[in-house]
Amino acid sequence: MNVKHYDAIVLGAGAAGLTAGIYLARANLKTLIINEGSIGGQMVLTHAVANYPGVLEASGRDISLIMKKQAKEFGCDIESNVEITKLDLNSNKKMIEIDDDEVFTSDVVILATGGKPRKLGAKNEDKFKGFGISYCATCDGDFYTDKDVIVVGGGNSALEEAVSLTKWVRSITIVHQFDNFQATDHAIEQAKKNDKISFILESEITEYLGEQQVEGVKIQNQKTGEFSELKTDGVFVYVGYIPNTDNFKDIIDLSERQEILTDANMQTNIKGVFSAGDVRIKKIRQITTAVSDGTIAALNAIEYLQN
Amino acid sequence: MLGTNLEHIKSVEEFNEVIESNENVMICCGRMGPMCLPVYDVMENLEEKYENVKFYDMEFDAPHAHVLRNHESASGFMGLPFTFYFKNGKAVKATTSIQNKKQIKTIIEEHLV
Repeated sequence: MNVKHYDAIVLGAGAAGLTAGIYLARANLKTLIINEGSIGGQMVLTHAVANYPGVLEASGRDISLIMKKQAKEFGCDIESNVEITKLDLNSNKKMIEIDDDEVFTSDVVILATGGKPRKLGAKNEDKFKGFGISYCATCDGDFYTDKDVIVVGGGNSALEEAVSLTKWVRSITIVHQFDNFQATDHAIEQAKKNDKISFILESEITEYLGEQQVEGVKIQNQKTGEFSELKTDGVFVYVGYIPNTDNFKDIIDLSERQEILTDANMQTNIKGVFSAGDVRIKKIRQITTAVSDGTIAALNAIEYLQN
Repeated sequence: MLGTNLEHIKSVEEFNEVIESNENVMICCGRMGPMCLPVYDVMENLEEKYENVKFYDMEFDAPHAHVLRNHESASGFMGLPFTFYFKNGKAVKATTSIQNKKQIKTIIEEHLV
């Protein structure tokens, strides 16, 4: 198996990871960004960003494409949409294996792995991905024109995406596990006043039903424990984000919510391992705060390497 | 036109020529959304590794994209992107929604090279 050595490896290519990559590569460090998801991370889901200083208004996707271009032009290598299959952060020389067939080592690592949409965990979820289960209304909404769909979740994403889906679909049933919503009052009001939207509360989907495509779901009432079935043409899942810390949960100190603990210099509990962005414990998660984290982590990583 | 670094297929004629004149072709038909961008990233990355495979994209909403939107191998697809693998002009595999690098490499190794 080929082993390639870098001065620095950044895990994650969202706003924090790309910023760290830009600073590291500009300091002439041989830098690799390894990314398991989409370059830009959750930023690419934002249609219009108007509060990023210096940019009047741009889509999150456009901002991320520019960040990616900057990182590459300063010399960053990027491995994207790959799976991290092995990882050793404890040694002085850090090791990361991807897709079971490529190994990279480095002297310093920055963990900027962000968050990922929480899966529902219902039976047949993987089988029907793209065949009636979607995680992106703007991507797949038009496939459900004049059809009946379910939106799962009770936060801002679920309610806002449900309202946006009403452009295409005939009806939407929002299935939510609690009897109240976690969304803002405005999002709740917009969803409630839309004629196409109805609600099934205190209920969870336990199974997707169908042959080739989703034709219905099995729902369990959380209060009574009773099961029922509901016919549907598709299900859009928005049940929140969880920090991407599975790969290093046994070696990096985490909060109760599985976020990475760092000091003000973005230093984790392991020497030579820093963290930045949404994966880190913090209250405010914005592109600006991710960029700030990425800068601080990179500059401290550079200082660590010089010493 | 999609904002990727891949070659874009811009007409039905070009599509026919691409799949007829190349032994191995991968085409991703999508938009610039969060499910499509990671697939383009992988394709850009694999272009160097698989010199005997041609990598293209096609804009899902362009008029000529009906050749892939309505392709027989995409029956039942309801998630972007639609990704196709052609060998000697024939679609040997097609997938719907996002696939990661490992899944894409497995298909290429199994069906194209």
